[in-house]
Amino acid sequence: MDLGYGAERERYRDEVTAFLAANWVYDKSRSKDEQAEAEKSFRRMATDRGYLYRSVPRRYGGSEQEPDILKAQIIQEEFRKVRAPGEVLGIGTQMLVPTLLECGEEWQREMFVRKTIEGEYRWCQGYSEPGSGSDLASLRTGGELIGDEWVINGQKVWTSYAHDAHYMFALVRTEPDAPKHAGLSYLLLDVRQPGLTIRPLKQITGGAEFNEVFFDNVKTPAHWIVGKRGEGWKTSRSLLKHERNMLGSIDRADELFTSLLGLARRAERDGQPAIKDACVRDRLVTLLGYLEVQRHSSRIQLTRAVRGEDAGILPMTNKLAQSNFSQSIAALAIDLIREDGLLAPGGPDQGNERWMNHFMASLAAAIAGGTSNIQRNIIAERGLGLPRESATTGDRK
Amino acid sequence: MNFDLSEEQRAFTDALDDFLKTEVDVKRALAAFDAAATVDLGPWQGLMKLGVGATVVPEAYGGTGLELLDLALAAEAVGRHAMPGPFIEHAVATYAIVLAGSEEQKARWLPALASGEKRATIAWAEAGEIWMPGDWKIPASNRITGEKRFVPHAEGADLFVVGLAGGTLALVEHDAAGVQHKALRVLDGGRRLYNTTFSATPAEALPGPAATTERIADAAIALVAADAFGGASRCLHMANDYAKQRVQFGVPIGQFQAVKHQLADMAQEVEPGIGLYWYAAHAFDHEREHASRAISLAKAHLSDVYVKTARRAIELHGGIGYTWEGAVHIWLKRATFDRTFMGRPEIHRARVASLSGW
Repeated sequence: MDLGYGAERERYRDEVTAFLAANWVYDKSRSKDEQAEAEKSFRRMATDRGYLYRSVPRRYGGSEQEPDILKAQIIQEEFRKVRAPGEVLGIGTQMLVPTLLECGEEWQREMFVRKTIEGEYRWCQGYSEPGSGSDLASLRTGGELIGDEWVINGQKVWTSYAHDAHYMFALVRTEPDAPKHAGLSYLLLDVRQPGLTIRPLKQITGGAEFNEVFFDNVKTPAHWIVGKRGEGWKTSRSLLKHERNMLGSIDRADELFTSLLGLARRAERDGQPAIKDACVRDRLVTLLGYLEVQRHSSRIQLTRAVRGEDAGILPMTNKLAQSNFSQSIAALAIDLIREDGLLAPGGPDQGNERWMNHFMASLAAAIAGGTSNIQRNIIAERGLGLPRESATTGDRK
Repeated sequence: MNFDLSEEQRAFTDALDDFLKTEVDVKRALAAFDAAATVDLGPWQGLMKLGVGATVVPEAYGGTGLELLDLALAAEAVGRHAMPGPFIEHAVATYAIVLAGSEEQKARWLPALASGEKRATIAWAEAGEIWMPGDWKIPASNRITGEKRFVPHAEGADLFVVGLAGGTLALVEHDAAGVQHKALRVLDGGRRLYNTTFSATPAEALPGPAATTERIADAAIALVAADAFGGASRCLHMANDYAKQRVQFGVPIGQFQAVKHQLADMAQEVEPGIGLYWYAAHAFDHEREHASRAISLAKAHLSDVYVKTARRAIELHGGIGYTWEGAVHIWLKRATFDRTFMGRPEIHRARVASLSGW
């Protein structure tokens, strides 16, 4: 066992830290525009050096590096330490770009990849529908090829940031007579066009990040399809794979726990900091146990990935572990903020906005990107080899 | 980054699993619960023949000079197969002499303890839920007097490593004057416990400092954590196998989502936990400044998970799970032992909180 990264990789770490020291200063006094400009030029430099968009070819604006999980890990660790901008976050860079690189046509990559990773094009995902959540492949929004255009009618829902997006990648039923999964195509479309209506959905936090999207003869060119007609399900699977990766990191859990410790130090119990209270300490260490389990599990997964070995059931447990953890953090936080739990987050009466929002938003983790019950099915069927339920056999893939 | 077992460690684990699979079937594990039966030393002797006793003993004294992690892998296998009879206490008593003994004590005891020719145990606990070295009360002396509780497999042991005030350790031989053992009626029949009293009993101090004793206690706690992981993982697999084989309403019960989800939750709690004890044992030898905290965290977490998983496994077995012959209760009883022996989770969580500087 060796928890270090080896001498060669540590030299690489030195290179990364030297680059960051020379090229990135976190400056709180910058205006929003100045910050955006600083981030943009920094990202360009970091990409030139091979630190960002490592799997994206140079001709599409990436840095085209040999895959090296440990180098990627080192870059992530060092960038986070100094709060340097990493890759542009969002569904476009994290989900669409890998899909185009895997299944897209040359002109699609040329048209979309560079501008997406530079943050110029923003995307939303048209998957879920009112009748199709966990059973996504039952979706009914239809696309008909008329002349050289797809004409799309139907409705999507839970479409995050549609109101802010330029484009959508969507699963659309283009082969109505084919079996469930074989009837779908993966289409790209312009969000800003007549016939496409976006209606924000107010969430339990009061915010509105996701939307309903209505399609009334929405049009997109015939060749804005990724993969073949009727093979959209296959195309979208490579995406879900990437999304799971996106959810597979320990950083968010670490940040949450650190914030919770801060809260426990500030909050009061019996005239002293809550963190001195035996009951609070016990609960904190219980949470720490789950956090460390995730940390070590991710180290095992990393080790096996480097060796090209299968980590078995471990990767399947990541998402469930993370959403359970996030909810347990919320459960302790709401005790620590005491009567502030009665007040609306962000309201005029000074409720605890950060933790009340987390209390509710931590539920999203158990729903979005495959609900916890779907995760349990995956663990049980793929991980433990339990039989599928007969009623749905053949329907689920 | 290499957070995984080496080829040698995998081969070692496989060999132990193969041995224990044939040597300790469920029937044998269950037989140990007959209070009238004598202690079953066979499996332990078998492990000693396979070299497990020599693991952490330096080569100069007939050992293989390996690390706590290697010993912990054996503890995991012991836990998985619910191996009855001595194990952890002998390993820890041996370790105590390795770390805290004089040259003379090492030369005298280690070769025989490594081979299993002699058997040792630890007499540490005292009334009032006292487990840890800093709390031991029997005054250190070359003639000791007082009661030690929950001494594993005291009857027939050749050597006792006794914990004394100030966090020191002393050796007492089996035929020393004034030693009395009282057998306790224990829950986990596989691990017999005794209350041992000493009356002006001759004792020979181990010269190691109190900090070393703390370290030896950490080794014991880490081994309990490893046993807990092994047992919890066995419970998961037993319940999973049963759910595939038991048919109701014309289908294996594992096809029902309610059952499936319980098993998925168990898997999610148990399987990723292996790294918690791996790291704890690894830290013992390689990141000593983090070791105590990691070890207490592993013990608290994994022994809680073990109890929870064993209970769920019994529930998933239905009526058969509640029977004596069904034998799943063996693991629940071992889980209860692992949870309580060397300190309940609450005690270890408090230790983690203090060591974290909170």
